[in-house]
Amino acid sequence: MVPVNYYIILSAILFTIGVVGVLTRRNALIIFMSIELMLNAANLAFVAFGSVIKSFSGQIFVFFIIAVAAAEVAVGLALIVEIFKSKHSIDVDQMSSLKG
Amino acid sequence: MVIMTLDLIFFLILSLTAISTALGMLLSRNAVYSALFLVLNFITVAIFYLLLGAPFIAMAQVTVYAGAIMVLFLFVIMLLGAESLPKAKVLPWQKPLAGLLAVALAVEATVIFLTRARPIGEVAQPDAAVNTVTNLRALGDTLFTQYLLPFEVTSILLLVAMVGAIVLIRKEKRVH
Repeated sequence: MVPVNYYIILSAILFTIGVVGVLTRRNALIIFMSIELMLNAANLAFVAFGSVIKSFSGQIFVFFIIAVAAAEVAVGLALIVEIFKSKHSIDVDQMSSLKG
Repeated sequence: MVIMTLDLIFFLILSLTAISTALGMLLSRNAVYSALFLVLNFITVAIFYLLLGAPFIAMAQVTVYAGAIMVLFLFVIMLLGAESLPKAKVLPWQKPLAGLLAVALAVEATVIFLTRARPIGEVAQPDAAVNTVTNLRALGDTLFTQYLLPFEVTSILLLVAMVGAIVLIRKEKRVH
């Protein structure tokens, strides 16, 4: 058996890689993928904790998170396509029309 | 004792795969490669779910994440022709600062999880005796009794997302 601490540390590392992706990349699609990676890391922690307390609640939370992520991707990608149509780029540095 | 060691070795190999594919997603210049690395990462996490005794979530992960969501991503990347961005001036202090903050976050999250949450104990062994059907039945029971209202709200959320995506994508009608 693997101690649950290992899963938690792995989850923290994956979450951090996602955070670095959001902070450093300029491609809006890659930022979006990094957000998916962070959601996944949180899911892993949920399932690991649920496995320790022998409850199904962790798995059900993950089920809901997957549904919300699917909804988020549908709307987010539609937004990115719209932004590309008006700006002809998905560089987030270009999306500065409201900058003073 | 031997089985325990094997489990640990398996875990270490899988976590190395997960971390390296996540780094590959982060570092590759081409967005298509990033998406494919992320697919591999999702499949690795699905294997972790199997190890944790959550077969339903593992299958949902493969079909919904690695299947539907990533195909949508690849489709949009290729539709927009946005594999890679042209070079632009970057802030010189951005990457070091981001790395520093990220390391701080990782250390902080690990310490808080391990000290405050006290997740002492080991994950349940995916027992071969507990068959998948019983597991699924218990999961469904919990989902449709205790969590029935959130389940229904999720269906409304998905409907709203679908309508929202269609409204965003459709062509503007000329008023006159």
